Amino acid sequence: MDMFIPAEYEVVRNPELCIACRVCERQCSNEVHKYDKDLGKMIADSTKCVNCHRCVCLCPTHALKIVKSDDTYRLNSNWSVQTMNEVYRQAGSGGVLLSSMGNPNDYPIYFNKILVNASQVTNPPIDPLREPMETTVYLGKKDVEIKRDIEGKLVDTLPPQLKLTTPIMFSAMSYGSISYNAHESLARAAEELGIFYNTGEGGLHRDFYKYSKNTIVQVASGRFGVHEEYLKAAAAIEIKMGQGAKPGIGGHLPGMKISDEVSATRMIPKGIDAISPAPHHDIYSIEDLRQLIYTLKEATAYTKPVIVKIAAVHNVAAIASGVARSGADIIAIDGFRGGTGAAPTRIRDNVGIPIELALAQVDERLRQEGIRDSVSVVVAGSIHSSADVVKAIALGADACYIGTAALLALGCHLCRSCHTGKCNWGIATQRPDLVKRLNPEIGYKRLVNLVRAWSHEIQEMMGGMGLNSIEALRGNRLMLRGVGLNETELNILGIKHAGA
Amino acid sequence: MVINVDENTHFSILNKKVRESRDAEVTINGCIGQRYIATGLSGKKITINGTPGNALGAYLNGCDVVVNGNAQDATGDTMNGGAIIIHGNAGDATGYAMRGGKIYIKGNTGYRAGIHMKAYRDLKPIIVVGGRAGSFLGEYQAGGIIVVLGQNDDGLPIMNNFCGTGMHGGVMYLRCEKLPHRIPSQISAEVVFGEDIPELVEIVRDYCTYFPEYDSEMLLKANYTVLRPDTKNPYKQMYTDN
Repeated sequence: MDMFIPAEYEVVRNPELCIACRVCERQCSNEVHKYDKDLGKMIADSTKCVNCHRCVCLCPTHALKIVKSDDTYRLNSNWSVQTMNEVYRQAGSGGVLLSSMGNPNDYPIYFNKILVNASQVTNPPIDPLREPMETTVYLGKKDVEIKRDIEGKLVDTLPPQLKLTTPIMFSAMSYGSISYNAHESLARAAEELGIFYNTGEGGLHRDFYKYSKNTIVQVASGRFGVHEEYLKAAAAIEIKMGQGAKPGIGGHLPGMKISDEVSATRMIPKGIDAISPAPHHDIYSIEDLRQLIYTLKEATAYTKPVIVKIAAVHNVAAIASGVARSGADIIAIDGFRGGTGAAPTRIRDNVGIPIELALAQVDERLRQEGIRDSVSVVVAGSIHSSADVVKAIALGADACYIGTAALLALGCHLCRSCHTGKCNWGIATQRPDLVKRLNPEIGYKRLVNLVRAWSHEIQEMMGGMGLNSIEALRGNRLMLRGVGLNETELNILGIKHAGA
Repeated sequence: MVINVDENTHFSILNKKVRESRDAEVTINGCIGQRYIATGLSGKKITINGTPGNALGAYLNGCDVVVNGNAQDATGDTMNGGAIIIHGNAGDATGYAMRGGKIYIKGNTGYRAGIHMKAYRDLKPIIVVGGRAGSFLGEYQAGGIIVVLGQNDDGLPIMNNFCGTGMHGGVMYLRCEKLPHRIPSQISAEVVFGEDIPELVEIVRDYCTYFPEYDSEMLLKANYTVLRPDTKNPYKQMYTDN
């Protein structure tokens, strides 16, 4: 029995406007559109449509729209159409359901239930258009003993720091999961902005060593592309212990996605599955993590900060405390909404906790233990806007990683089909004909625009609060109030309810 | 350069000296558990008298490291090139994610040796264990060559459990005729006479030049169990697009 699964979205073509130019046909890697000679017009197979909006955006006469299909099974508040279709798919294949990008389900978004303060009358607001407004952040260990030489001059004992002109970085996305042109766009934007992008566990392409001053390289359980030169080139090294989209599991890059260039960058053979095991098989304790951190520090003569990235899970505060004591300079925490190029649906949608709650608890715990200054904290997992950045910093973060927002800037429409490798926007694909659709010259400028715009907004909000330094906002929870949150949620976030 | 250390020498002091030494040859005497020796180094010959600590030669990129003693855990983590010769035993996770070069161990190695070992272009990493190996030998092996010669005199089998779990590339030559306990379904095993495997002959002869106490002819005149994965894509059928 071959179960037909109806299209979730329907391609609607306005026959009055369509000129049968066949742009949609050429643009769709899913082969939805085609010209029917007998009928003398364009037709569409909506069952193949992933709703990436490529055809809609490129249709010269705006003849296309994609609408949610009104075809439905018998309505049921308990069994949704999506859930039923998932059962049909698995009954047909016996496979683990695979999805991409972040958890799309209806869980609370705490950032949207937090409001920011502003000054009135006393402690007046500051106008960023006429006053200096400092958004520069230094990430790294700061709890060092102050030492002076015999002449009384300060001895520089500060461990290496990452200097960011604004508290935003591009999160780890590997070459393999995203395209060469997407990586080039991120690298160039990071350089122009004075921030950092992150290679993910996919190695660093030869062509991008020139951006290494703005590159964070990743070391994960599969150690793909990790070698002496890669470590020495980077501005910082990130050990990936976990990822918000799939805490507790590893990754499989299927052999068919390992092209010549991906193979060369990851330093693995073509066509063989690249497996990142769930754990690092040499890390079973904080002491073992410390060992990996120190191999990286020794390999780079203590010149670069080491970041440890963990997923936000139930005991994240205790884990972060351990990481802070392991010798890490920076902890990156990835919330359950974080994106991915591919993850089992059930893991993505059911494992982990919201970044807002995780961050508040980590910051609180590190302060209680008196070790907050021994690490910087970077958070990720659906930072939607500059307002989220401001709220995250007030909850205790030093900076934020953005992934999904950066991909949106490059044209992503969140169709969540990255795992198919057929991205029509040239982002999550290795097919040369698709990759070339993303022009890095335009892509990097759009990323620069986005981050500059957010930075202006951050300055406006800081000014409104009467703060002229981002450092003065960090962990300043008095600047936040909750709306519609219960007592437990407010306690975890460490903020008062609006009006209180 | 000769560096004398004792139990009071912190690893960072020792490693700085080794790293910054301009001599092509460095000898460390009295080594007692100092970690991370030769991490990320290339172009030196380093002789260690004593017992180096964990993560000896991590990211090694072309040094020759000789240990006159035992090595501890995580030797040669993500090693790219060079040689680590151990005149004793090695601990757990030897050669984790090793991509090139060779690790020759006279005695035994612990758990998870050769885990996630891979090969790349002309790089083909080799681990040879003179004695026996612990459990999880070659787990997730994606390339390279692991040889276990079984010259241990404790009467124990030449490896423990779960050999080759998740293996999807490379090869293992085990000097025994009996299959390891519970080998996973994606691995094929055959028994081949040592001298009939040219790749193995070359490796064992090279190994014996470092360890004259072993006789390559004797080692090769025996049957070897050869383990290879029977698929490059073990997880292909596991997923359903959603």
